[in-house]
Amino acid sequence: MALLEVKHLGISFGGLRAVDDLNMSIEQGSLVGLIGPNGAGKTTAFNLLTGVYAPSEGTIVLDGESLVGKAPTEICKSGIARTFQNIRLFTKMTVLDNVKVALHNHVEYSLAESFFHLGKFSKREKEMDERAIDILKVFDLDGQADVLASNLPYGKQRKLEIARALATEPKLLLLDEPAAGMNPNETQELMDTIQLIRDKFHITILLIEHDMKLVSGICEYLYVLNFGMELAHGEPAVVLNDPKVITAYLGE
Amino acid sequence: MNKKINKSVIINIIMAIVAYGIVMALIYGGFLGRQAMSIIIPCCINVMLAVSLCLLVGFLGELTLGHAGFMSIGAYAGALTTNALNLPPMVELLIGLLVGGIVAAVFSLIIGLPVLRLKGDYLAIVTLGFGEIIKSVINFLGFTGGAKGLSGIGTYSNYKNFTFVYIFVLLTILVISNLVRSRHGRAICAVRDNYIAAEAVGIKVSKFKTMAFVISGFFAGMAGVFYAHNVGILKPGNFDYNKSIEILVMVVLGGMGNIKGAIVAAVILTALPEVLRSAADFRMLLYAIVLIAMMLFNNSKFRTVMIEKRNLKKAMSIQKEGE
Repeated sequence: MALLEVKHLGISFGGLRAVDDLNMSIEQGSLVGLIGPNGAGKTTAFNLLTGVYAPSEGTIVLDGESLVGKAPTEICKSGIARTFQNIRLFTKMTVLDNVKVALHNHVEYSLAESFFHLGKFSKREKEMDERAIDILKVFDLDGQADVLASNLPYGKQRKLEIARALATEPKLLLLDEPAAGMNPNETQELMDTIQLIRDKFHITILLIEHDMKLVSGICEYLYVLNFGMELAHGEPAVVLNDPKVITAYLGE
Repeated sequence: MNKKINKSVIINIIMAIVAYGIVMALIYGGFLGRQAMSIIIPCCINVMLAVSLCLLVGFLGELTLGHAGFMSIGAYAGALTTNALNLPPMVELLIGLLVGGIVAAVFSLIIGLPVLRLKGDYLAIVTLGFGEIIKSVINFLGFTGGAKGLSGIGTYSNYKNFTFVYIFVLLTILVISNLVRSRHGRAICAVRDNYIAAEAVGIKVSKFKTMAFVISGFFAGMAGVFYAHNVGILKPGNFDYNKSIEILVMVVLGGMGNIKGAIVAAVILTALPEVLRSAADFRMLLYAIVLIAMMLFNNSKFRTVMIEKRNLKKAMSIQKEGE
């Protein structure tokens, strides 16, 4: 069975059908792309998957567990993590603390231990530091662990967001336009990183992207949305040459 | 990194002991007159209030204007408790503190649950409203003494018991500053910086907002108990929005989210009206001018260089260049 099964997913905002009858089946360990012109409903689909919006209809099943109607925090615990199109870091916290926040539910100690820094506090904090540094190393951010997140250059902020998402130990990682605003070199580096984390952390990745070089370079399967509806799906080479898809992007 | 933390812990302990030593020397050395003696405990109380509000305004990032309301709940709950008891004063005060803190925390929870769904300006206005409601209810109730006030409270927390009060001030500072450097505190700061991202990494936003609100309310309540047992008489009018704003000013002046700054600001702003007493009619004018000057200083390059980089000479040269 596939890791993520989405069936007949839909949501309306008033009279607008933002997502309509979306069906997706994502296999464990795959790297899948979700593409479409601006306003096609890609980010809305992500918001449905992560519980920001409750779907008007349809089902979302992750690893045999239904996610419809669950809060974002519960969905995070079930194993979906995400990044955002417009970067959402904890800007006034350090790079290390950004990742440690994501470890909140994985390394625990009680409130009383927080008050007095006694008991398991030191041991668990040390464990958190080690785990966070391990993740930061993958993104080559460990040297800047004490820097405020807002002081990082743009490309590294994007990486930190992915690092933070990974710290929640997801089964499925959703990346919302990871290459937005990056130059070709940075994009190339990002592609390598995405493939590396997929292999290193054994996770499944679904990404929204407009950069077709990235999409055709690393995605194994594509879903195309247009006006909230599924336009096509299949292997990148086939989908990207589909006349319907080209029309949707470029017009008649 | 561990070494750095240990060093700062030692510096903090030394600072706490030095502060204690100075105040004890002032009290028993006969340097201070009656007037000056009488502001020692209010300084402590305001430090507790400012540090507890700092958790909400600085770390949770929510502007609340009802802090005096929780202080008054603590004050009345504590005073009514000690009035009802017939035990040695210090035992009574200890029980009063606990009761005052807990009752204030319970009210924070009751008020916080609905109120914390609001954000920004709306939250500020609603908390302001709740602060006033608390005041009015106390005014209306019989067992609180109403507008006449609640009198006959033992003045247990006067300057002679400075040590006792000081321990609780340190406890407040310790707990709050430890909290913000723990996993719970990080979650609170994450909610401040970006609640959508916080939710996405599994932080329950409303849980941590409420947690911060309750902890803050608890310490404000304890500060209220000390207040009650310092002045000996409680009047609802003492806990109006002016008091809330006064505490907020301390937090803002200390630099939002800066506990040490809030402590210094609380002490200065409590002592200032007394220091300026000789200026008679110009007292409040001078108070306002000092406030503005401190704000300007806080945002200047001069301060950054002098305090954060500990370089007075460089700071002076920047000042001469006129930035």
